[in-house]
Amino acid sequence: MSGRRTLATTAAVVLLPRIAHAHLVNTGLGPFYDGVSHFALTPEDVLPAVALALLAGQRGSLAARRALFVLPLGWLLGGVVGLAFPTIGESPALTTASFLATGGLVAAEARLGPGWITAVAASLGLLHGYLNGSSLSPAPGALGLVGVVATLFVTVALAAALVVAIRAPWARIAVRVAGSWIAAVGLLMLGWSLRAG
Amino acid sequence: MWPSSRATRVAAATLAASAWPALAWAHTEAGRAEGFLAGLHHPVSGLDHVLAMVSVGLWGAQLGAPAVWLLPVTFPMVMALGGMLGLVGVPLPGVEVGIALSGILLGLAVLAEWRPPLWVAAVVVGLFAVFHGHAHGTELPQGASGLLYSMGFVVATGSLHACGIGIGAIHRWGWGRVVLRAAGALVALAGCVFLWRAFV
Repeated sequence: MSGRRTLATTAAVVLLPRIAHAHLVNTGLGPFYDGVSHFALTPEDVLPAVALALLAGQRGSLAARRALFVLPLGWLLGGVVGLAFPTIGESPALTTASFLATGGLVAAEARLGPGWITAVAASLGLLHGYLNGSSLSPAPGALGLVGVVATLFVTVALAAALVVAIRAPWARIAVRVAGSWIAAVGLLMLGWSLRAG
Repeated sequence: MWPSSRATRVAAATLAASAWPALAWAHTEAGRAEGFLAGLHHPVSGLDHVLAMVSVGLWGAQLGAPAVWLLPVTFPMVMALGGMLGLVGVPLPGVEVGIALSGILLGLAVLAEWRPPLWVAAVVVGLFAVFHGHAHGTELPQGASGLLYSMGFVVATGSLHACGIGIGAIHRWGWGRVVLRAAGALVALAGCVFLWRAFV
């Protein structure tokens, strides 16, 4: 019986924590800063957030203000759901599609109204928030999610404000080029995902 | 009947030691910078690619607005599309010939200061971008960090265009126009060498 217990304990130790900790960054500064680092070091989250900020900034201050609050709120809401009901796997196709589409809209300088920008921001926020919440659920948990959302808010505020203030034609073109780069990364990632699948 | 507890413990410890770290480290940040740097390095590792991408910038600078920004927006996106096709294994015949032709034709366009309609320029650049992207896509290493590699790859490609546009800024001066046309001739010549190599 002792052998059986030893094997069972070993199996539990081997199998228990791996997937839960796959993505986490441990700064040693506490769960809030773990969340800050998690966002800053996860390009899957940074790219769609920056793309949305650029898109909202292109459409003016009203759209940018809406995106500034709707995206973090959606992220927070999705994150809370993710913390409560975490998903097991990741969704690379969904996350790739999110920044591929948003980057493409920036490159095309799509003339979306504030309502559409709000809808895109809410969708992105809920999707990425849910995935974030799932990966943060074992640790650092809710405080980590607050760190993620706070960093997201600052990122969107800075990027969108920068674009709204742009007047020079070449600078507006640079924004479109940035969008095309994000979309190009999305296309390549789609290829990676299909190859891996 | 289970074996003795000592043998079981040894077996269990061996199992734990061998199984423990592999999965846990699968997603950590370690190795990610390598993916980004490898992606950054890949587009600049081949002279044929470098010359073509810089030539797109030079040609855009000669054509002026809106081509100067449309071409560098078009090239990375269409090249990424070609890269995606290469990654998933969609065959594209004559890739090396297409890449060599891109050097020749883009070099000649710069040499002649060719000014086609904007859509023609975009189609020419887009067509060649598919060949370059496909070649890159099939060469991409297995197991690299896909997202960071792709980011480095796109940043390097875009930076090469930016270099071309920056160099092309000398177009405003008379001597600069001559230098640019000479550079176009050199690129076309290099394209001929690449074409010859493609057939040898």
